[in-house]
Amino acid sequence: MADVMDGRGAVRRKGGLRLWLSACWLAVVVVVALLAPWVAPHDPLAQDLFLGRMPPVWMQGAEPGYYLGTDSLGRDVLSRMIHGARIALAVALFAGVITALLGASLGLLAGFMRGWVDLVISRLIDIWMAFPPVLFSILLIAVLGPGLSSIIIAIVVIDWTRFARVVRAEAMAQGAMDYVQSARVAGRGRLGIMLVEVLPNVLPTVIVLLTLEMGIAVIVEAILSFVNLSISTDDPTWGGMISEGRASIHQAWWVLVFPLATLFLTVLAFSQLGEGLKDRFDPVLR
Amino acid sequence: MRLLTTAITLFGVAVIVFFVIRVVPGNPIAMMLPPGATEADVARLTALYGLDKSIPAQFLIWLGGVLQGDFGTSITARQPVLALVLGRLPATLELSVMALLMAIVLGGMAALLGTLRRGGRTEAAIDIGNGMALSVPDFLWGLVLILGLGVFWPVFHISGRITPSLDLPFVTNFYLFESLVRLRFDLLVDIVGHMILPALALAIPLAAIIGQLLKQSLKETMHLDYVTLSRTKGYSETHVILREALPNAILPTLTLVGVQFTFLIGGTVIIERLFSYEGLGNMAIDAVINRDLPLIQGIVILFAVIFTGVNLLVDLTYAALNPRLRHG
Repeated sequence: MADVMDGRGAVRRKGGLRLWLSACWLAVVVVVALLAPWVAPHDPLAQDLFLGRMPPVWMQGAEPGYYLGTDSLGRDVLSRMIHGARIALAVALFAGVITALLGASLGLLAGFMRGWVDLVISRLIDIWMAFPPVLFSILLIAVLGPGLSSIIIAIVVIDWTRFARVVRAEAMAQGAMDYVQSARVAGRGRLGIMLVEVLPNVLPTVIVLLTLEMGIAVIVEAILSFVNLSISTDDPTWGGMISEGRASIHQAWWVLVFPLATLFLTVLAFSQLGEGLKDRFDPVLR
Repeated sequence: MRLLTTAITLFGVAVIVFFVIRVVPGNPIAMMLPPGATEADVARLTALYGLDKSIPAQFLIWLGGVLQGDFGTSITARQPVLALVLGRLPATLELSVMALLMAIVLGGMAALLGTLRRGGRTEAAIDIGNGMALSVPDFLWGLVLILGLGVFWPVFHISGRITPSLDLPFVTNFYLFESLVRLRFDLLVDIVGHMILPALALAIPLAAIIGQLLKQSLKETMHLDYVTLSRTKGYSETHVILREALPNAILPTLTLVGVQFTFLIGGTVIIERLFSYEGLGNMAIDAVINRDLPLIQGIVILFAVIFTGVNLLVDLTYAALNPRLRHG
């Protein structure tokens, strides 16, 4: 027994640290993204063919002022990463929030209303789960055409099931609890109970899922840029830079390494933030 | 009942993919004809592929064909879709199964080691490693592996399925399996050298899930009386974990592995692209880019069949393994 208790204490202490570290990194990304035009040393779109594939500033043959080197068209890697943060965060925020709204609403309806509503939504979830998600998103972008809003729509259309599945199960469990029964006895309407009583209780779960979804959205944007279906090949996106870096990996590793490290840390931060919040919200661990 | 819902799911997938891809802008017929083709040529070819009819009519014709095993003809490759798709399926299957095995071995080792050294630094390190492996998806692990083991320290191949200059005696597309059967170890080394990084990228997140869950259930089992009893009998800790605790702790992990395996297969799409591995997923992305409607349909349906099939298999296995769920 003591063993188990100690384990929980450790989880909580670690949870605090990782929550803090993740929040710090994300705060840095947000600030840099907001101040992008002022902190970026160069124009992210400016090409200079004489400065193609310059290494980072600490290596031999580097060009002063281009701290993390340049890509094959002579564009500054650091400036493109800084401007790329704007697109990544925009996708994370909009796609994440809209997906959460849609998925949680459907999950809440299915789990609380039950009956044919649940039947239809559950069957839809089953069908959605039978699609390979990456292929589905590529297909949707082919339909919608490239662009920021298409990416957001594609993420919402594909990932709503993540929220709907979990919230449905949660709402079902809450619906069976005493407080819901007593609200019903007190003569409250079903819709009222769902919104006033059940919704606040599933909200922590939704927030945790939203944090995780933001990380996923950043990855999806990167994947779509990687298959050249994201925004446009000129616009600075982390995925687009990674795609270019993969192509010239043997000539200019820095074009891949820096955006990849940034993306890696950002996704890790979103995920750790979500896991940390989950521990915070979990009454068993409190 | 289970079969009926599976059938409904597959039908739903077919309907959705069929209608979605018909809204795709870009005319595939115009793309396949040389410049200077007349309007009449375009119309004739459009009719040949049945694309002049209404969308519901096209769907019924396609569905009728599918029920007879005819998935139509690829517009770009001008070959039957079924043959093309089945030709690529072995590559994807071999990659997925290899990734699954790697995940089980890595995750299992992490769980056993973590249980053996529980409460210490080793367990803490394993927990942190698991947490990271779990947070970052296969696509990013693939890129990290390409950089680490393909470029900075080039020990493995980072693109393709096999070195193209090699002479292949194979009659099937199961290269890995056939090279094993034929005892061609020179080819086997080359194939594994190509597969190991994409398989590892797919395996890392799943290994973390397996490691976490199995360690959790092992820990719970280790507190049970019968385990304590076998310890008092004087068996070594390793024996207690492997022989006594593991068989009882493995069931929840097994179920989860089944479900997660479908996610892993879904991940092959982008991982194959990343490693230029000639499997189904890579073909699917090309098909979307080329607007090859019949081929896209065929591939998506095949993926859906695999996903639902794996899920069905997991449910059946679970029922067979879990005595509480056995009927009458």
